[in-house]
Amino acid sequence: MSDVILEVKNLSVRFPIRSGILQRQTGAVQAVSDVSLQVRRGETLGVVGESGCGKTTLGRAIVRLYEPSEGTVVFRGEDITHKTHKELSATRKHMQMIFQDPYASLNPRKNVGAILEEPLLLNTNMNREERLARVFELMDLVGLRRDAMNRYPHEFSGGQRQRIGIARAIALNPDLIVADEAVSALDVSIQAQVINLLVELQKKLGMAYVFVAHDLAVVQYISDRVAVMYLGRVVELGSSKDVYADPLHPYTKALLAAVPAAHPKDRKKVQPLTGDVPSPANPPSGCHFHPRCRFATDKCKTEAPALRRLGHVDVACHHAEKIKSGEVQA
Amino acid sequence: MSNFSSGDAVLKVEGLVTSFRTDDGTVTALDGVGFDIGRGKTLGIVGESGCGKSVTSLSIMGLLPSGVGRIDAGKILFEGKNLATLPEEEMRDIRGNKIAMIFQEPMTALNPVFTAGEQIIEVFMTHRNMDRSAAYKAALSMMEMVKIPDPERRLEEYPHQMSGGMKQRVMIAMALACKPAVIIADEPTTALDVTIQSQILRLMQDLQKDTGTSIMFITHDLGVIAEMADDVVVMYAGQVIERADVVTLFDHPLHPYTKGLLASIPHVGQHRDKKLSTIRGSVPSLMNLPAGCRFYGRCPYRQPECEQTRPALESHKGAHEVACLFAGRIDAGEIKPNYEALGGE
Repeated sequence: MSDVILEVKNLSVRFPIRSGILQRQTGAVQAVSDVSLQVRRGETLGVVGESGCGKTTLGRAIVRLYEPSEGTVVFRGEDITHKTHKELSATRKHMQMIFQDPYASLNPRKNVGAILEEPLLLNTNMNREERLARVFELMDLVGLRRDAMNRYPHEFSGGQRQRIGIARAIALNPDLIVADEAVSALDVSIQAQVINLLVELQKKLGMAYVFVAHDLAVVQYISDRVAVMYLGRVVELGSSKDVYADPLHPYTKALLAAVPAAHPKDRKKVQPLTGDVPSPANPPSGCHFHPRCRFATDKCKTEAPALRRLGHVDVACHHAEKIKSGEVQA
Repeated sequence: MSNFSSGDAVLKVEGLVTSFRTDDGTVTALDGVGFDIGRGKTLGIVGESGCGKSVTSLSIMGLLPSGVGRIDAGKILFEGKNLATLPEEEMRDIRGNKIAMIFQEPMTALNPVFTAGEQIIEVFMTHRNMDRSAAYKAALSMMEMVKIPDPERRLEEYPHQMSGGMKQRVMIAMALACKPAVIIADEPTTALDVTIQSQILRLMQDLQKDTGTSIMFITHDLGVIAEMADDVVVMYAGQVIERADVVTLFDHPLHPYTKGLLASIPHVGQHRDKKLSTIRGSVPSLMNLPAGCRFYGRCPYRQPECEQTRPALESHKGAHEVACLFAGRIDAGEIKPNYEALGGE
């Protein structure tokens, strides 16, 4: 399987909870729990879920902004889980990140030219002329006017700033970009521009995306495959087409049913999912979704279902077969 | 279905002009905004950042930052009074009592040092002159009404102990406490997860059926508009550019901006082999607005006249109104979009 660019195996990330004046560790938040998935060269894997589902932590653990507690991350055939900071710098040329708030991730004291030149300066042997040519090329690629080179981040709108963030991410021709809520803060008309840009750049440059977002329609639009997460676990994983057309996990079903209608004539009649998303510091036993699940049985309260193949998708639900066949209904 | 022309409006806004004083000069955030909210109906106000939708709600509530923002012209008619010129003492009797508000961030709207119970009880004691025990009972029944489980215990909790959805329920309970004629909900579900959003939207619909309250629902999310609104006002750069009943707006948008907005949202079921429509460029700065149509710089249908002539909001068919000089000819297919003229994305 040489076309696999990223393989995450049994990845868990725990954050300590400290309390008291001595700040002793009194517990842990299991933000990501035993997640395994692969990303192939040039594809987009969407990671979707609600607050606290672990999607952001997963994205950051992949690029090693967070330290995995267990499991491995294999990138370009190389286990990078335990690489030191120094060793990682060579890896990071090939793996980049785009953040939700481009303003917070761009140095306000540097102009666009300097921001885009920096990765070239640090990682390549290009001379000044070559770097300038590359900066112009990057600005053309993301649709920024070349005369904007001497302007500073605060002079740009949110959408343009995200273009700067994208230009910086692609500067070194990475194989993988982790995009964390990259279009969530943008107005819809601008969001569409940035989504189109990401799709277009992937076609031209062939990098893979891990696209982390809470907006189900956006994730479906951009992704080849989708991982649905709930409280640290992947509950469903499959092609975007299969997962959205025929969701098997009761949580995926509920999530899709909760998306507002596209037209007033299609107003939702279904009863919304009850209850809140539980705290990841104290998740329910067994299947984390069981307190909100209309199909839950005693088994679900005690035994965590493993992710397993059913038809075309992977699903973590004890009753997936019965739900699929329509044997059990709400 | 539309009630814009009917006399049964509970709140009527006419020609509202609101400006803000800034370091760089005066900015006109609202420029001639007008609409009606029908009794027991939901009016959706939709637009992107900076379009003036939140300033509209602050103007109605008399909550513009004093010394900075002010209403320069226009009327806000409610129960025979013009709220735009009403003295603060009289406004205090209306705010929170007859017109209530729900905000996007329940965490910042609720007082962190008081329990949920104390805050709802205060509403009843202030506006309804109830004594403490009567107010407690009323608060408890409000908590039940907004379907908060275990209401006695929740009344004793502080805002930080509650989830986002629960806090928004408390906000709704407070807003409904005085049986207001109008609730202004400013992005009430934007900060919530999608499954919680659908709970809150459903709750608001149910409560509206029970109480007959009118809702002014401000959002950037056209999906939420599709779920909630009876009538819709679309705002752009401080002006109303289109208004219609919700089905007409979605079936038959007339303004090029509304068309673009509707086309640019990806829907579940749509995949990237089909490119998303976009609106080129970005919203003009309120400091530096074009003389004519404010959408001119981004409009694929634009004509030379649009650069200098400002379009008025006019009836297209019955209650469907649009502010575009060429809406009729665009609708008839006589003017085709020209994206090349706009340059790059």
